Amino acid sequence: MISANLSAIFYLVSGVLFILALRGLSSPETSRQGNLFGILGMIIAITVTFLSIGTFSIGFVFVILFIVVGGSIGAFIAYKIPMTAMPELVAGFHSLVGLAAVFVAISAFLNPIAFNLGSPGNIKLGSLIEMSIGAAVGAITFSGSVIAFLKLQGIMSGSPITFKGQHPLNAIILISIIVLIYLLCSTQSSNLFWILLFVSFLIGFLLIIPIGGADMPVVISMLNSYSGWAAAGIGFTLENTALIITGALVGSSGAILSYIMCKGMNRSFFNVILGGFGASDDTSSKSSKEQKPVKSGNADDAAFLMKNASSVIIVPGYGMAVAQAQHALREMVDTLKKNDIKVSYAIHPVAGRMPGHMNVLLAEANVPYDEVFELEEINNDFANADVAFVIGANDVTNPVAKTDPQSPIYGMPVLDVEKCKSVLFVKRSLSPGYAGIDNDLFYKENTLMLFADAKKMTEDITKNL
Amino acid sequence: MEIDPLIFRLSIFILSIFVGYYVVWSVTPSLHTPLMSVTNAISSVIIVGAIIAGLSGDSQSVFNTSSIFGFMAIALAAINIFGGFLVTQRMLAMYKKKKKDK
Repeated sequence: MISANLSAIFYLVSGVLFILALRGLSSPETSRQGNLFGILGMIIAITVTFLSIGTFSIGFVFVILFIVVGGSIGAFIAYKIPMTAMPELVAGFHSLVGLAAVFVAISAFLNPIAFNLGSPGNIKLGSLIEMSIGAAVGAITFSGSVIAFLKLQGIMSGSPITFKGQHPLNAIILISIIVLIYLLCSTQSSNLFWILLFVSFLIGFLLIIPIGGADMPVVISMLNSYSGWAAAGIGFTLENTALIITGALVGSSGAILSYIMCKGMNRSFFNVILGGFGASDDTSSKSSKEQKPVKSGNADDAAFLMKNASSVIIVPGYGMAVAQAQHALREMVDTLKKNDIKVSYAIHPVAGRMPGHMNVLLAEANVPYDEVFELEEINNDFANADVAFVIGANDVTNPVAKTDPQSPIYGMPVLDVEKCKSVLFVKRSLSPGYAGIDNDLFYKENTLMLFADAKKMTEDITKNL
Repeated sequence: MEIDPLIFRLSIFILSIFVGYYVVWSVTPSLHTPLMSVTNAISSVIIVGAIIAGLSGDSQSVFNTSSIFGFMAIALAAINIFGGFLVTQRMLAMYKKKKKDK
């Protein structure tokens, strides 16, 4: 048994280690050390918790048992998961944090004595407020993440699900959550607590169903943020510094990522949350554009163009992840490099289904990270490059975002792919991207469309090089 | 008059938000995916609450409604802790620099 003061100091240490874990991610060299700090922080927090409870009981055996069971499942998933499935995995993990927060809140509500929060039916007001906020946010995180997971996994359609009266309904539910928390705190009724949980699960579900697949980077970041706030809420209830610090860190981290993602699409956060992007597309303008001539080519043409280039910029997108083309792509690049062609990669902030998705896939394929550039770093280089190789990206290359104020994506930062001497565009068909608008790039003089599966086309090009 | 301890916790909370804000802005965009998985892992420090909940039973009955929720929360948080840190480690191990020698 260690004193409460001593354990509080250790919790503070573990909170600081978590800060260092995030700090390490400022560069890939320090990141691995950062992760070790995080693990150390977690070990300290768990050990201190055991020590502060002190007296050994049979319950300890079960605690260890459940940690081992959960830990083995987690470790198994971590080793088995393919890198392309990372967005689903992160969404799944968020749902677990949310649910764990809910369970801890339920447990504290049913047995406040164990947590030193008063007695059932007479819980300290402050603790009850913190607990119910933690539980509500946790429940929203859980059901929202489950929907995000199902959408990313393809079990549920990625297209937005909207219905009449959706926004008023959500508004009513959100208000009712606040009212319920108020009533719960004044009456201490356990029925209200269960209703609060149910309503929170419901709103998490309703908030995410209208959001479409390509907006998932914002959704995942937002849920990341929520899972932090839920943890912080529980941290206040338990008066635990480690949990409060971590909750605040994770909460602000997720919020910043959401902001970066929204900015990458030039859309406001509310615009994304309200959902249903691209649904109101003008079909007449689309059909007229389909008449335009398109130059299409095969792997041989593409290989010829690249062989005669001195610099190539590769623009990967979600399609590359779907086709699992990252390894084939790197092999192609290796061949190009052998011919003394300079190759770099250009990543748009919202390429893929989560922040940094493309970077992880390229890293998995052994692409050195100093060949991979962000939009601002590389956008001026397109004008000097010979070939841009667009693989699985679409809306993020659309010049319409710069030229047509009528377009729904007008103002979105895009990669200046069209400035290259020639553009190779790997795509299965001419169908529009997620935003539901035609890409002008398809019809440019210097664009050669390569209609094929991204992986197969890349392999064929490599053979022809 | 004594200051309510809640105010101290609130101070820690607010200051941590600011720390988080500046630390996360300095994270390189190419590591945003590992950032998400590691934040996931560390937010599972909620396991400390789950352990207290799990041990809330007495020596006669380890399992009561409250402790069962605690045990379930322990398992969920443990999945996240191990899964989150290990998958982050796996991802970070892949980030390599260009080989200098040809």
